[in-house]
Amino acid sequence: MLLIACPWCGPRDEAEFHYGGQAHVAYPEDPAALSDEEWARYLFFRDNPEGLFAERWSHTAGCRRWFNAVRDTATNEIHAVYRAGEPRPVIA
Amino acid sequence: MADSVAASVAASMAERRSPAAAFAARFEAASAGGGLRLAEIPFLTQINLRVDPKSPAAERIGTAIGVPLPVEPGTAAGGGDLEVLWLGPDEWLVVGPDGAAPGLVERLTEAADGEHVSVVDVSAQRTTLVVAGDRARDVLAHGCALDLHPRVFGPGRVAQTMLARAGVVLVAGADGFRLLVRSSFAAYVAEWLLDASVEYVAGG
Ligand SMILES: [Zn+2]
Repeated sequence: MLLIACPWCGPRDEAEFHYGGQAHVAYPEDPAALSDEEWARYLFFRDNPEGLFAERWSHTAGCRRWFNAVRDTATNEIHAVYRAGEPRPVIA
Repeated sequence: MADSVAASVAASMAERRSPAAAFAARFEAASAGGGLRLAEIPFLTQINLRVDPKSPAAERIGTAIGVPLPVEPGTAAGGGDLEVLWLGPDEWLVVGPDGAAPGLVERLTEAADGEHVSVVDVSAQRTTLVVAGDRARDVLAHGCALDLHPRVFGPGRVAQTMLARAGVVLVAGADGFRLLVRSSFAAYVAEWLLDASVEYVAGG
């Protein structure tokens, strides 16, 4: 079980959270102008790195807020948590 | 006419049954040894409040109910017969005595004064269970992953978390814990508490 530090509530069991996939996926500026292929790419295509990955989590059983975390997909180590709307922190 | 309305209101009040009412006798039996106290506090008023904590409305609301909204995550503030529990960075649960809901909603709405504020009476959503006594922490530790040591989770602390996989609002008071449990989960949590208590109750 991962221990995830909610930016509001502090460290809680992973079971209290919901996973929300890759963070910082920007909504297209002009969705109507996209081709079907471009729209599908926005909707369905996500990075799948081995290593650091910025992703969204929701503290569903707690404060019910969405936030972002930088997790190492190889080790499951969480390097940073930050509130929605904040920029992705630089991790050395 | 007015009499018959009053009579039917009184009748429906008399028929009210709290979600854990059926557990009263077993709670009392489990509390007899003195190391643990289980009980239900039925029908507390609970108002869900959402407002930007930095807005003038938040300040007016604090003044109107005599309790400044606690902004530190996981804390409660009390005053008079009201208690305000932090649920999120812009969300609180205002808890008061049975019957206080209509007046409280009116005071909160008045203080909001048309600003972007949400005030919802959710009193029927949850009931309140008391887990108190020297063994209260031991019982809760059977199903709650939080560190409940008084140094970390002493009086005035609040957490929305899981107890035996059921979502609860856990409130630490000077005289033990209160669990705000959804009505549909109350029987499950009551059964679970009684089961977790066995080793602290049997033989006193
Ligand atoms: Zn949280």
